[in-house]
Amino acid sequence: MTPHSNVKDHSRTTSDHSSALLQIRSLSKSFTGVQALNAVSLQVNKGEIHALLGENGAGKSTLIKVLTGVHPRDEGDIQLDGRAIHARDSGHAQQLGISTVYQEVNLIPSMSVTENLTLQQQEKSFGLINWKKADTRARALLARVGLENLDPSRQLDRYSIAIQQLIAIARALSSEAKLLILDEPTASLDASEIKQLFSLMTQLKNQGMGIIFVTHFLDQVYDITDVITVLRNGECVGTFPTASLSRSDLVSHMVGKSLDDLATSSDHQTTGKPQNTLLTMQHVGKQRFLHPLDLTIHAGEIVGVAGLLGSGRTELCELAYGSTKPDQGHITLHPDSSATPAAEPTSLTQKSLRQAIQSGMGYCPEDRKLDGIVAELSIRENMILALQASKGWWRSIAMSEQKKLVDDMIKRLAIKTPDMDKPVGELSGGNQQKVILARWLITHPKLLILDEPTRGIDIGAHHEIIQIMQELCEQGMGLLVASSELEELVMFAHRVVVMKDHHKVAELRGSDVSEQAILHTIAS
Amino acid sequence: MIDIRPPIKATNMKKHHALQHLLKRLQKQPKTLAPFVSLLLILSVTALITPGFLEIKFVNGHLYGSLIDILHRGTPTALVALGMAVVIGTRGIDLSVGAVIAISGAVTAVLTVNTDWPVWIVIACALGSGLVCGLWNGLLVSIFNIQPIVATLILMVAGRGIAQMITEGQIVTFHSTVLNAIGNEFFLAFPIRVWIVLGMIILTIVVMRKTSLGLFIEAVGANVRASRLVGIEARLLVLSAYMFSGFCAALSGIIIAADIRGADANNAGLWLELDAILAVVLAGASLAGGRIYLGLTIIGVLIIQTLTTAILTSGLPVQYNLVVKATIILAVLLIQSPTTRQWLAKRFQSKRGQNAKKEQNSTSSQNHGRADQ
Repeated sequence: MTPHSNVKDHSRTTSDHSSALLQIRSLSKSFTGVQALNAVSLQVNKGEIHALLGENGAGKSTLIKVLTGVHPRDEGDIQLDGRAIHARDSGHAQQLGISTVYQEVNLIPSMSVTENLTLQQQEKSFGLINWKKADTRARALLARVGLENLDPSRQLDRYSIAIQQLIAIARALSSEAKLLILDEPTASLDASEIKQLFSLMTQLKNQGMGIIFVTHFLDQVYDITDVITVLRNGECVGTFPTASLSRSDLVSHMVGKSLDDLATSSDHQTTGKPQNTLLTMQHVGKQRFLHPLDLTIHAGEIVGVAGLLGSGRTELCELAYGSTKPDQGHITLHPDSSATPAAEPTSLTQKSLRQAIQSGMGYCPEDRKLDGIVAELSIRENMILALQASKGWWRSIAMSEQKKLVDDMIKRLAIKTPDMDKPVGELSGGNQQKVILARWLITHPKLLILDEPTRGIDIGAHHEIIQIMQELCEQGMGLLVASSELEELVMFAHRVVVMKDHHKVAELRGSDVSEQAILHTIAS
Repeated sequence: MIDIRPPIKATNMKKHHALQHLLKRLQKQPKTLAPFVSLLLILSVTALITPGFLEIKFVNGHLYGSLIDILHRGTPTALVALGMAVVIGTRGIDLSVGAVIAISGAVTAVLTVNTDWPVWIVIACALGSGLVCGLWNGLLVSIFNIQPIVATLILMVAGRGIAQMITEGQIVTFHSTVLNAIGNEFFLAFPIRVWIVLGMIILTIVVMRKTSLGLFIEAVGANVRASRLVGIEARLLVLSAYMFSGFCAALSGIIIAADIRGADANNAGLWLELDAILAVVLAGASLAGGRIYLGLTIIGVLIIQTLTTAILTSGLPVQYNLVVKATIILAVLLIQSPTTRQWLAKRFQSKRGQNAKKEQNSTSSQNHGRADQ
């Protein structure tokens, strides 16, 4: 019936009921009309590391939140160890035997390790905390995660993130957990720290615990997990033994496209005119952020950045713009050689953002609300902010000119608003995105960096924004566009940089730019 | 029956319509209207309780009366509140202004008594001391990233000590014709200090609104991350906001010292920081930063000063002063709170529904009018 019914045939049919630890049957959950989970079924066995994978909005976090009682479920049932459970909140879930460790360490940095470990359940004598007992219990908990030699009386933030992560697991295990959920625990760890975490996971697995492991790193999935469940758009695509699922199949399950279905060629218009080099990044990288990479962007060209969630797309954009400074490599912005032949290229590596903007850079960040709009300020104020900042506060743009600039932009980008003095926070997502785009267009940038320019906006605005990008490109602007929407990306990008596990793994150009090629590269 | 009813209904509707109009404006621009309404209410109630409160006499080319007295008395708070509004706009707070007033007053008094420097150098030194204090606060907040409330608390405590060291623990009295004039004399019918503060207010508004300083401060206060990404350097802005606040407090300190012709390190400007913060909040600003309302802050100052003066002239026993003042301010703040406004809006929702048709008609006729033009 469903397009994935063939996929489900591959999934595990032999569900060994004797070893089943967690059984979820047709679990559904919707938020104000949005179906976040649609009849999802999942089985986790004892002594199994179970990868839960999916792109943004697939329903991973909703599933975890329903499981731990943060959100009530709409339908379906959950059984742990053969007993139906209804967790009221995460504390109750922990009592029932489900422990969760989140990506951000959920501990209090300024308190000691002992205090953190015994916070939920203190050791008391005569109504007062017995610190001796607390210390003993803390040491016992630490021993379970292989940290026998750690001094629990020291303040938590004296330890590295990896150790803190392990301590968080120790606390999660404090109530004799049966099921451990690790939600992206490795995002901020380096290779040796990941090793430490994996050896603990293996140890717990051998003790018979079931582990649900959420990660964006495919290498780690194949390193440690036994079984993979893929979610997409709130539905369960299927559950597969890790050993028998090829990477390319996994990637196509995640993005919802079979590689065979995709056309191999794409009709790419290569710009006829000679392209001037605009920006060069030479061996630009940053520790624990992005592996060093080279990239060149030309005028009149859209360079796409593809990759799964957490692959380093945003990191690449931030380094290119300079909002995060690289700790190695050089970034150079080249002048338009046809206009000013003698002009020297500008090195941006150590320049301030204001200087970068003055030399022609612009950046629309991924998180519009947090990094983009200033919600309280009006459309006019938001739009002129970047130009005004590059001029400095003392050279104020005359109000008549501001109004003209803003009015032109509202018309050019078809922003729907009654007037330009409305606070930006009251606009729709698509119009907010256009306001941020306008903010940069007013500065006449040479290079515009867009991180997920079409996320979270309605279909109409979606097309309009892509159209605007193509127009800008035709006018000779260079664009670097990161997007999780591959279909869209291959449509407008002349070249695509493929990111994987914070590395640049390929650069596809011309007729090589296709969804299939990108997926193959990610999977290989 | 049928003949009688319609006119009654019509007047009722008219009343409702006026009320709705007011509420609508309150909802649309609550922040601009509420302080004015509060001030007018307080003034009218006081006028009822105290006959002659609104009277203004013209004697020897000077204006006299309670209203002029409110302006006169309100000047120190107005100056401090001006600086406070800018600092709060950056998502900060300046608790040290009272202490800076004491320091600036001490500098003024001691230099006037102990040196024969011209008075303008003395004033410049006092203002300079305020700038140095502001620089100190600004450095702690913007360079060392200490939370504003803690950073300025340090000078709030130490500042009075510094002022006491300058005056050597004494109340230093002085005589200077220029300073006396600043404290108590008139120019063009109004007290000189009112003119000084008016000039300061206009200067501040012009600088904030005619340059982009105001925009940048509001942007940094409302969303520091987005501001950084468009190339606004928050540090220098925040630093200058605290320096401005220090300057305003120092000017206020000169006026207070000139008023009593002496420097009292212990009591000059005591608790004035709280009145200033209150005035900024009454103007509708949020302590979480963002929009700055300079003009409305001055209205806030007038509300506070009117209350103080009104309670004193009403003949209420002195011991009730503080409680009555606090109660009325609480009432004003409650009226401004979003929760109250939502509640009020809900209560009038049903009545609005009844009049919706009428409103539609009126707007459509308005549109016709516009089209004709």
